[in-house]
Amino acid sequence: MIITEHISKRFGNQQVLNDVHITCRPGACIALIGPNGSGKTTLIKSILQMVIPDTGKVLFQGEDIAGQWSYRGKIGFMPQMTRYPENMSVGEVMSMMIDIRKDQKDLDEELIEQYHLKEIYPKRMGTLSGGMRQKVGACLAFLFQPDILILDEPTAGLDPLSSEILKQKILKEKAKGKSTIISSHVLSELDEMITEVIYMQDGQVLFQKTLEDLQQETQEVKLSKMIAKIIA
Amino acid sequence: MNKIYKHVIADIIRNRIVLFYTLILLLASLSVFSLEDTSSKGLLSMLNIILMIVPLVCLIFSTIYMYNSSEFIELLLSQPLQRNAIWWSLFIGLITALGLAFFVGAGIVILIFEPSFLGLMLVICGLLLTFIFTAIALLAAVLTKDKAKGIGLSIILWLFYAIIFDGIVLFMLFQWADYPIEKFMILISMLNPIDLARILILMQMDVSALMGYTGAIFKDFFGTSGGIAISFGTLILWIMIPFICSLRYFKKKDL
Repeated sequence: MIITEHISKRFGNQQVLNDVHITCRPGACIALIGPNGSGKTTLIKSILQMVIPDTGKVLFQGEDIAGQWSYRGKIGFMPQMTRYPENMSVGEVMSMMIDIRKDQKDLDEELIEQYHLKEIYPKRMGTLSGGMRQKVGACLAFLFQPDILILDEPTAGLDPLSSEILKQKILKEKAKGKSTIISSHVLSELDEMITEVIYMQDGQVLFQKTLEDLQQETQEVKLSKMIAKIIA
Repeated sequence: MNKIYKHVIADIIRNRIVLFYTLILLLASLSVFSLEDTSSKGLLSMLNIILMIVPLVCLIFSTIYMYNSSEFIELLLSQPLQRNAIWWSLFIGLITALGLAFFVGAGIVILIFEPSFLGLMLVICGLLLTFIFTAIALLAAVLTKDKAKGIGLSIILWLFYAIIFDGIVLFMLFQWADYPIEKFMILISMLNPIDLARILILMQMDVSALMGYTGAIFKDFFGTSGGIAISFGTLILWIMIPFICSLRYFKKKDL
């Protein structure tokens, strides 16, 4: 579904991505993990073309995304530490996004209801707390029933109840056969969701393995233990 | 494209600075025309206000607006939208709001007190300067990542076009006073949109008689319809070139 072919990116004299080659099959739920500054967010941003790689290309459903834009209609993206226009209200942001994707009629408002988002529609984005903004981001990512979800640290800043709601939602979408890429530092909450793991370090992919392979290799049940064993 | 454009306009109009700018222009133009006994004196004062205030406000406001919109741009970039469309919408939104502010604040008053070709020229020049300096602001904002640097660059650009450029021209005129550089001066004036607008308006007034031999050469060029057409063409190029440069840069920018 998404293949990045040998993409590299350099910011100044820092090599942020170095020959990154990953594959995301339809229906896969991939955990993108790695230490801070390992290039996870840059990789996600290059899939969305918010960052343009220096070399290599990204294929989305078999097609090179260079110069393309409509493919983003099939992606639900939840950015890390979501930043929104400060003087727009929540309701305005939502209606603007719906306006942009007018051709998508079938909206998934389940999260909006579960998070009671309609109650904060009149509030300005600038006055919301970090966790509230994350909720808006989550609702937007799921709203348009995308084929693939890209979630960059989705539960950072969310309270336990809200992150549980989000987790259940991800599992539900996974059951429908949608692909998901989740970048997270909280390995314990990934356990039940993911089917594959991509581990990045210093802008390189150390490995991409399925969960079963990892389990066989390490004889562990918990993801955090598996990673610790492999890296050690 | 018009989907985003709508939201940009709504956002700018809600910003009180543009309203304030409109009121200041309205106050200035009304007082200038009612204080002077002849409207041509009023026009001369208006000309100076337009040549100084309009570029300054457009540059600073647009630069700050672009930086404050970085979240908005980031949000739009993750959506199925072309980068082209996003940048165009921001530009069109800004020039619509600022152009409207200029037209309501100064344009209507000028046309009421001076309903002539000269008055119309002044309004058109004011609008063109609005578009030009908004385009230059977009370029300044896209070239520098740092907000303080970007605003600094805008202020330096304004200082250059509004003041320093004239100093250089004056210096050249004195240094090479013995040589026939009048035709060359026409070319030089094309390099500064503020100067170009000023000469265009002055040539339509009778004060050009006071400008001596240079004035006569200028009159020969800027007074003719061909000269006016070339000047307006140059002003339009002054909108296009900075904007297209900023667009090309934006398309490759990492956010």
